Amino acid sequence: MQRLVLALLLCVTAAAASADELVMLRSARPFAEAMERLGQAVTDHGYRIQRVQRVDAGLTSGGFPSAEYRIVYFGKPDEFNALAASHPRLLAYLPLRITIFAEGNSTVLVTNNPALLGTFFKDDALRTTFQHWETDVRSIMEQAAR
Amino acid sequence: MIPPNRFRVSLRRRTAAGLLLAALAAPAPAAHDGERLYTRHCAACHGTDGHGGVGVPLALPDLLATVSDDYLRKTIRLGRPGRVMPAFHQLSDAEIGAIVTHVRGWAKTPPLPEPAVGRGDVARGAQKFATYCVGCHGANGEGGHGTGVTFSRPRDLPVLAPALNNPGFLAAASDAMIKATIMRGRQDTPMPNFLNWGLSEQDIDDIVAHVRAFEKRPRAKVAVVSAAEPQVLLRTSPYSVARTVERLRNAVAGANMSLIRAVPADEGLVDDKKENPARMIVDACDFRFLNKALAIDPRVGLLLPFRITVVEQQGKVLVMSVNPRRLTTLFNNSELNPICEQMYRIYNEILDEAVM
Repeated sequence: MQRLVLALLLCVTAAAASADELVMLRSARPFAEAMERLGQAVTDHGYRIQRVQRVDAGLTSGGFPSAEYRIVYFGKPDEFNALAASHPRLLAYLPLRITIFAEGNSTVLVTNNPALLGTFFKDDALRTTFQHWETDVRSIMEQAAR
Repeated sequence: MIPPNRFRVSLRRRTAAGLLLAALAAPAPAAHDGERLYTRHCAACHGTDGHGGVGVPLALPDLLATVSDDYLRKTIRLGRPGRVMPAFHQLSDAEIGAIVTHVRGWAKTPPLPEPAVGRGDVARGAQKFATYCVGCHGANGEGGHGTGVTFSRPRDLPVLAPALNNPGFLAAASDAMIKATIMRGRQDTPMPNFLNWGLSEQDIDDIVAHVRAFEKRPRAKVAVVSAAEPQVLLRTSPYSVARTVERLRNAVAGANMSLIRAVPADEGLVDDKKENPARMIVDACDFRFLNKALAIDPRVGLLLPFRITVVEQQGKVLVMSVNPRRLTTLFNNSELNPICEQMYRIYNEILDEAVM
């Protein structure tokens, strides 16, 4: 009974964040290969890579050596411009990004689940967009991690 | 013609047979699904072969010999609030069971029989805990620091001392499992065999009682976000887009950040010369701060470097960034909370200065 009460309390007072708010995958490939596959997966899904932020380079030049760590920004030009016009606040979360970093001989990819934006921007017109971003982001990451 | 009674019996039999067939045909996760599910949900942190990474190693013989399937199931379901391991609410019991079976496959021997746990004395257990356990597990069982460890960075140990006061741990661990761990230790981790250190079984029962008493203490702090917390930090600038960007450059310099770029928001997305100058981004970073944040949690690249977006919309110039306080909960890492809070304060100061 005590355990049951504890479990219930867990749910209401100190629940761990739900696992589906972050999308995380590991690629068994080394960083360079995983990075290349991520770039290919992004374009295969009809997106354009806007920029690759070389965080590791910034850290290293600042005197903080780091293994490979990059942020890949990507989007679709028409979609980006249409959303910027209709929902300018959404721009704070755009373009979409995937963080990719080396961990030993393998590589970790992580991003926030785009569906999370649906809890931030409660607008029916955006729901479909967030849903298809979630599908695409999961598919991109799975392709990159294969 | 079938008499009504025989028809009912026949119908019942057919229904039963149908249900049985449906049950057999239902896609209950098979053993091989465990590997697929583990790869999808666990390998990113715990490693493809369970050797750890952002998360603790699972393929430790002593761990698998000591913990029950029930412990693993509850750990997956409830997570560890504030200690990175998330709660997998979205998985079915069968899927969690398949993952546990897969993890159990790394064990070279079946789980050892659980020891009997005698009645422990909480007060005496507290004394023993202070002598033998506090050094690694903390005075209040809060566990070792350095969550979000990763093999991409220097690390002293492959595992952190678990937070014994964590409600997820206390809900998952039985007294017998805690006792077995203290008695046997865990090879390849700093956890020793305390029988070899001279503790008696009664001493260990006392410690178990003390650990169980953590349930009655205040809970570990986790990221708690007010529903009213805005998703975006937003200001309206009295200046033009270009002037606002110029002021942001000065503001980030004043905050000891390096300016990375100030460019149109759609640069790289649209063709050259077709960028919209009414939508700009300013990226900036304090690499010392970033290095510190990444050492706590390598996933923090979702929030950093600092990006400010400036948009002209219907005659107004909006200046905005993501709200780190709103996003804190994503990481389920209470060690990251002060970092996110600091980011929240710095971001607000920069936005205020830019539009002042």
